[in-house]
Amino acid sequence: MDQPLLELRGITKRFPGVLANDHIDLVVGKGEIHALLGENGSGKTTLMNVLYGLQQADEGEIHFEGKPLKTNSPGQAIDAGIGMVHQHFMLVQAFTVTENVILGMRSKREPLLGLAQAEAEVKALSEKYGLKVDPRAKIWQLSVGEQQRVEILKALHRRARLLILDEPTAVLTPQETEELSAILRSLAAEGRSIIFITHKLNEVMGISNKVTVLRAGRVIDTVETASTNQAALARMMVGREVVFEIDKTPAAPKEVVLQVEGLKAANQKKLPALRGLSLSVRAGEILGVAGVDGNGQHELAECIIGVRKAEGGRVLVCGQDIVGLSSRQVAQRGVGVIPADRQHQGLVLGLQLAENIMFGNFYCEPYSRRGFLQLGKIEEIAGRLIQEYDIRTPSSAVEVKNLSGGNQQKVVLARELSRSPKVIVAMLPTRGLDVGATEFVHRRILDARDRGAAVLLISTELEEILSLSDRIAVMYEGEIMGVVSGDAADVNELGLMMAGAKRLPEAS
Amino acid sequence: MTSLLKVLLSVDFGYASIRMASPLILAALGGIFSERAGVLSLGLEGMMLSGALAGFLGSFYSGSPWVGVVYAGLAGGAVAVIYAAACITFKANQVVAAVGLNILAQGITGLVFRGAFGITQDLHQAPAFQPVAIPVLSKIPVLGPMLFNHELLVYAAFLLLPVVVFVLYRTTWGLKLRSVGENPLAADTVGVNVTRMRYTGVVISGILAGIAGSLLSIAFINTFIENITAGRGFVAFAAVIFGKWTPIGVFLSALLFGAADALQLRIQALGLPIPYQLMLLFPYLLALIALVFSGRSQSPASLGSPYDKSGRS
Repeated sequence: MDQPLLELRGITKRFPGVLANDHIDLVVGKGEIHALLGENGSGKTTLMNVLYGLQQADEGEIHFEGKPLKTNSPGQAIDAGIGMVHQHFMLVQAFTVTENVILGMRSKREPLLGLAQAEAEVKALSEKYGLKVDPRAKIWQLSVGEQQRVEILKALHRRARLLILDEPTAVLTPQETEELSAILRSLAAEGRSIIFITHKLNEVMGISNKVTVLRAGRVIDTVETASTNQAALARMMVGREVVFEIDKTPAAPKEVVLQVEGLKAANQKKLPALRGLSLSVRAGEILGVAGVDGNGQHELAECIIGVRKAEGGRVLVCGQDIVGLSSRQVAQRGVGVIPADRQHQGLVLGLQLAENIMFGNFYCEPYSRRGFLQLGKIEEIAGRLIQEYDIRTPSSAVEVKNLSGGNQQKVVLARELSRSPKVIVAMLPTRGLDVGATEFVHRRILDARDRGAAVLLISTELEEILSLSDRIAVMYEGEIMGVVSGDAADVNELGLMMAGAKRLPEAS
Repeated sequence: MTSLLKVLLSVDFGYASIRMASPLILAALGGIFSERAGVLSLGLEGMMLSGALAGFLGSFYSGSPWVGVVYAGLAGGAVAVIYAAACITFKANQVVAAVGLNILAQGITGLVFRGAFGITQDLHQAPAFQPVAIPVLSKIPVLGPMLFNHELLVYAAFLLLPVVVFVLYRTTWGLKLRSVGENPLAADTVGVNVTRMRYTGVVISGILAGIAGSLLSIAFINTFIENITAGRGFVAFAAVIFGKWTPIGVFLSALLFGAADALQLRIQALGLPIPYQLMLLFPYLLALIALVFSGRSQSPASLGSPYDKSGRS
């Protein structure tokens, strides 16, 4: 067998209180597409950051192309022939594609920039690999998929022999994911090696030749993709059997509780984000809103819960228009919210668990009387909810920043769901959670549905939408492209709608 | 009204506008380097003031205004190093650091000047630059005396504009400088040394601000008085913002603020029944109004925030 392109031996990386990487060995051959599979917090990204020189290992060695490699900075990794496409793109929004590609490189006409020549090179490179993108476009004008192509171009322009992609498909439509895997295959056919980090099993099976599974900072195993299956990989990743299908009784939808009609709103940049969006959710059903991030989902959720000003249209809760009401008034009408960013919107990290539990309700009984907090009562309620929602915490006086992500999300759920809301707006409710916590959150959302709540589930994870939703609406550029039944949903069709390429006639 | 119009159309007003604008142009174009690298240029005032004193002292003791200019650049650059260390290495709040620096510069320049010359009412004059008429061009009617009969540093301020445009937009160094002000993490991941680029940007702004200060003390009034800059560094800072961080925009803003300064002097001379303090206010008021209406959308995305690469996982 040929000499491997990359060999990691005994890489160990410690953070205060955490062993992120525990003596990790990894071998990647030439022309290989190697999946690095693991849950959030299993140490995948840390390992790649060590390889790329963003962080330094405490122990272990790296061999690249047969030679020992010491990467103290990304610059050294790039020089050695390693390129990385980060999960959060490392692009300068105000620059053009070409400027981003050549940033940090010596130009042929140093110290001059030689922009025209560079543009021609970028164009040639993008045509060669089918990475369609206009070299003169500014990054902020590009779609997320196009921005990812710019990142790959950056690595290729630096003659990367090893390309690392961190969760590359998290932001793509199913079709874009297909295009990406075709590009990756053609790069591998050329003899380049690819490591891609993921927690999605179907992608591992679809794209990779080999897969290494990490759990809690350790390598569980490295196997040929062809000789394994999703269930076996899931078991290795989680450490126990995983139920893929959440068992879900058919919905029993009743009257319409949440109705959005012709909603218009602008985003932070004052550009139109919602363009006359309409949808309705009945009591006892989950309406999943699918779509690529940045198509107005945040604005939709914010308009409903009263933290963003609608510029037109109506939002009816049980027939009453709530546009223009304050977030407190909206909550009083029975709208509960699981925000996209629990650390900034859902919780106050520096406050105690019990204090977070009473948010939004602290002004009324039983939490306070005549303006004074009823500490005993608060303590009692918090204690009950800790039990009920299985929040792992030493006490209700712990500051929530010290809880794990899963337990933080349980605090949010406990607060919002214990009020028995009529409408639940859940945005990316399982983002960053491990498999166990994800199952818990899904279970609770289904329970709320069965209790008769109308659930608006907004997620960019198509699998989550598919497994929970009774009906699925696809959102694209601030509009609903179509609504399909949850059972009859076809991934390809959803993908086309997510990309704006298809619109169902009776879109409502 | 007619007298005001007469002022506006006079050769003398054009000449004075260019003269008053040139220190603003130097300092504000320098400020672009700092701001584009992501560091607030609110410290321009202190850097200018230090340059004004150092330029005066250099010229006074050496007998050559050229030595003065070199001292001024060095002093401005040195003050900038202190500011850069606070903002970049120690990640201090940049507004607080700049305000502190400006107050410190005011105190120290006053102290050094009194230490050197004592508390006197005597006028200490240093050798100063003299206007240099450019052959042929200065003979053009109207434009000649307006544009081509200035001190060399004034010409330098105007010639700096194309240099800044070229460096920022046509060199790899310029691209790197702009990238660390927009997205330092992205720049870091492609091997750009963020700390070094930011230091360099701030120090360049300090050197140019120092020279801008010396323009006041050894080209225009030929002496140093305490707080000689009188807020011109802040006006230059305003010009950077009002000019939307582009060299040409900043240049035109500085020119506008300089003209406002020249105008208020002329109006004072008209002897209108308006308190002169009100007229003195005019350029600052204009800067304030300009800032209120300029918005802030085009600022470098990472302006004012220190780059912290640790703590990421």
